[in-house]
Amino acid sequence: MDDSTPVICCDDLCVDFESSCVLSNIDLDIYAGDFTAILGVNGSGKTTLMRAMLGLISLTSGDVRVYGADLPRFRDWQRLAYVPQRLHSAGAVPVSVHEVVGASLISPRRRWPRRGDRATVTNALELVGLEHRRKDRFDSLSGGQQRRVMIAAALAKNADLYILDEPTAGVDAESQERITDTFRHLQSEGRTVLLVTHELGTFASLATRIVVLGSHTGVGSKVLYDGPPPVPEHLSERHWHHSEDVVPRSKDPGLLEPGNSA
Amino acid sequence: MSLLSYDFMQRALIAAALIGVIAPLIGIFLVQRRLALLGDGMGHVALTGVGLAFLVGSTPVPTALVVAALGALVLEVIRARSRTAGDLALALVFYGGIAGGVMLTALASGKSSTALNQYLFGSLSTVATEDIAWLVGASILVILVLALFGREMFAMTLDPDVAHVQGIRTTRLGVLLTVLAAVTVVIGMRTVGLLLVSAIMIVPVAAAQQIAGSFRGTAIGAVVLGLVCSVAGLATSFQLDVPPGPSIVLLALAAFVVAALVAIPLRRRRNQHPHADSPTPVHDHV
Repeated sequence: MDDSTPVICCDDLCVDFESSCVLSNIDLDIYAGDFTAILGVNGSGKTTLMRAMLGLISLTSGDVRVYGADLPRFRDWQRLAYVPQRLHSAGAVPVSVHEVVGASLISPRRRWPRRGDRATVTNALELVGLEHRRKDRFDSLSGGQQRRVMIAAALAKNADLYILDEPTAGVDAESQERITDTFRHLQSEGRTVLLVTHELGTFASLATRIVVLGSHTGVGSKVLYDGPPPVPEHLSERHWHHSEDVVPRSKDPGLLEPGNSA
Repeated sequence: MSLLSYDFMQRALIAAALIGVIAPLIGIFLVQRRLALLGDGMGHVALTGVGLAFLVGSTPVPTALVVAALGALVLEVIRARSRTAGDLALALVFYGGIAGGVMLTALASGKSSTALNQYLFGSLSTVATEDIAWLVGASILVILVLALFGREMFAMTLDPDVAHVQGIRTTRLGVLLTVLAAVTVVIGMRTVGLLLVSAIMIVPVAAAQQIAGSFRGTAIGAVVLGLVCSVAGLATSFQLDVPPGPSIVLLALAAFVVAALVAIPLRRRRNQHPHADSPTPVHDHV
């Protein structure tokens, strides 16, 4: 894979749920080093698009390639880290904060713990300011703290591409700044970040590219805007509920070329 | 000790110790996946295996092992390939298993409901020497698989989506866990019985998680409780001349009640000093 190959390439991607179209003909390439924010109102298909990119849901049509490989054949998962909105099974059996972060290091290539894993987990928790809670039960933390632990789990993976689903929802301002600084550092190292959110918040200073998804009744969500920040006024949050305009995707090659990070 | 002076009790104790250790190790993953009743379903499928063994005159343990493992695969196929919900798929296998077991036993000549009862509720005297070899072999298999895939199973049960993004084959691991649950059920059928074996998978985990603060702590606590309850329940069964299954499960339930009572002041203390070890204040407003 050369430097100009997108890290993720979505080609004419369509997703239907129960015969209802959620995503319609999405063409979207994510390039190395970019900090791309996918914005949209609730129900606009942001999370569906992200899950489709990761192979977590079936595509109705279209293709996704990750680091040049067709998604079903992609094996280099160590290069990706994913932060979901919440953990699926949190609370069924007690799990410590340390165990949640440590779980991110487990893979078919790393079936047993390695020397240094403990330090990796501690360092990741330090980055989100929660190293002092490492022995606590994950379900004893507040929702915002749980999100910080999930971000720490992604950071522990030391990935090339971070995919974040509403990572700072419910996180206090001070911690948001801290998390933003961490991702600013990762961005300066050339890591790629794909953020799904309805509000950029402190990440606004990091985003190099904005993608706005919007729905038109019955036809599924499309890309309404794809270009540099800021979000055009007519597509900003207070307007996009009513927007019917589809903005042509940016053809500015400078925007889409790798290594064009802010 | 008079208890160990009988050969059948020595064999029963080995079988009880094996299930006491193995069952909670599998049960903790089932609880984490919110599939606590899976063991019950597998127990009913294993009953068909026992009925089949009665009918064809084979040894019940290996026959039940094969039938339960096949039942586990059928369950996963129903869940994955059809639009049937997980609990409905479990119910279908559950009913089919018990109906098949009773039907095949009735068709087998010379086998009464008493023979079936020994497998439903466990029996002190029916653990044969050849059973021990099967049970030890099956237990070693479960432990080896857990040693190899246990950490991946932990990641999968914590969050299957995140595990997928770590390259973990979550569907295959789910099938493997269901098959392990089926094997565990068969390991426990001679002592605890098919109707109650699921309890020894789940109740020690439920008790340990009242007090433990981590997955590892819960697993260790559940194994200790499972082992103690199985061996003590067997001894109680010998003394009172009752089936071992109910004795073992009632002891485990008593342990759960004690753990729940002990957890009340511990929880209260945690709530009073939620961040006693926190060097920095916590500001989250969720």
